[in-house]
Amino acid sequence: MSIEAQTLHRETFILNLGPQHPATHGVLRIKLTLDGEYIEDAEPVIGYGHRMHEKMGENRTYAKFLPNTGRMDYVAAMFNTHGYVCAVERLAGITVPERAEFIRVITAELNRVASHLLWVGAFLIDLGGFTPLLYTFDDREQILDLLEAVTGARLTFCYYRFGGVCNDIDDDFIAGTRKFIAHLRSRMPMYHALITKNIIFRRRCEGIGPISAENCRKYGATGPVIRGSGVAYDVRKAEPYSIYPRLDFNVPVYGQGDCMARYLVRMDEIVESLRIVEQALDRLPGGPVMAEKVPRILKPPKGDCYFNVESARGSFGVRVVSDGTDKAYRMKLRSPCFSNLSLFQECSRGMLLADALALLGTLDLVIPDIDR
Amino acid sequence: MPINMLKTKFAEIAVCVAATPDTPSAPLVTETAHAAKGYDLDVTVPADRVTGAARIMDEAAFMLEAITGVDWMAEQQFEIVYDYTAVALGARVVVRARVPRATPELPTISRIYPGANWHEREAHDFFGIVFTGHPELIPLLLPEDADFHPLRKDFGA
Repeated sequence: MSIEAQTLHRETFILNLGPQHPATHGVLRIKLTLDGEYIEDAEPVIGYGHRMHEKMGENRTYAKFLPNTGRMDYVAAMFNTHGYVCAVERLAGITVPERAEFIRVITAELNRVASHLLWVGAFLIDLGGFTPLLYTFDDREQILDLLEAVTGARLTFCYYRFGGVCNDIDDDFIAGTRKFIAHLRSRMPMYHALITKNIIFRRRCEGIGPISAENCRKYGATGPVIRGSGVAYDVRKAEPYSIYPRLDFNVPVYGQGDCMARYLVRMDEIVESLRIVEQALDRLPGGPVMAEKVPRILKPPKGDCYFNVESARGSFGVRVVSDGTDKAYRMKLRSPCFSNLSLFQECSRGMLLADALALLGTLDLVIPDIDR
Repeated sequence: MPINMLKTKFAEIAVCVAATPDTPSAPLVTETAHAAKGYDLDVTVPADRVTGAARIMDEAAFMLEAITGVDWMAEQQFEIVYDYTAVALGARVVVRARVPRATPELPTISRIYPGANWHEREAHDFFGIVFTGHPELIPLLLPEDADFHPLRKDFGA
């Protein structure tokens, strides 16, 4: 063997995955250093969709920033708005009427189901299975129709206001939601037969892309990622907010830490979210949906506060620093996807490229949420 | 109660704060009401002690949630805010440090929390805060040739 041939077979090469690769959900670029099909290094390159939402939070009034929140994680926009209004309400000392809290939880959990359904379909496409997307989008569509009727939007919801929600839900929505809950429950066995029991799917997911609980902690990964690594961390339980402490629901946890575990967590969460929505509908109180005497132009007192909500992707946090004026002095938006992606470089080392894409898929990334 | 134990541990670092010339008048380790603030412990440490604070948090099995800056232009200072959360307890600890705006430098904690790598790069993008010892302090969200720091209060937008 010539010297040239001896060095050649150890040579690595650099491959750009993205910024427009169809398997990367949005404008994510990954700079891969490959040894054959094995990953030596995978460096995510982000920022293609950066819009500086945090600066926009500083140069407009609190109310004017509301629509921005729905444009970060647009797949689960309710949660970003929820985190934001709760942070400002905490700082300004606004109490939300009970009915509005119930409506917030109902719509947020429906959004979680919609988000997970979209994820299941998109993830299966990542793995090369096209069919499930047609089913999950069919079901997701029904949630979007329900939410559109009360919020006026199908994706970039801006439904919550400081002190409540902007529109009360009607009997049509309640009846439609109950019908949908029964419908999706009847569909779950079909999904498990179509996906969970599929041998190709299992081979692509079981034991693939393990993430340890320790890595989740060191990188700040939350949501279904940490719950797929055996840690029962859910902001709704750890730091209860809204009416969640009054509702009976479980936090699905799987200990394997592989792609299958993260998939199963999300599938179980769909069922749990339906339970939450059903209970909230059963106990829905009457009354107003907006607090009285919320000033049109909010001027929260000086100081800072932090508020976390459990988004469909993990812990979404908002830190608001107020200087007593009508605009925030500083608005930090803590995106769950940002931290979830940051562990990819370490966890993908030595993996097959095709397996790493499965791992990337189970992180459930929404790139504009990372870029903000 | 773990929060009390942390208070004592941070108090050791806080003693060193009192020795520095510009001691803040507020107490350095304050227990706060979670319902009002969203965190349980508010700690201010000198900038060169953030790694020590990170080690305390790491030993107590806290997760690093975020690192960010606040530009206090009137005081010519940057505040760097570290958000930690205890997965098991649901408790949150905020660690703050201040650096002069003219020489915004403090050590990196990315060796203790590898997740800090990106958060510090982001804070460097937005404020121009330099985390000494950081493995690659290059733009993360801003363009690779960016020479501006948009979250500084004197950056017009």
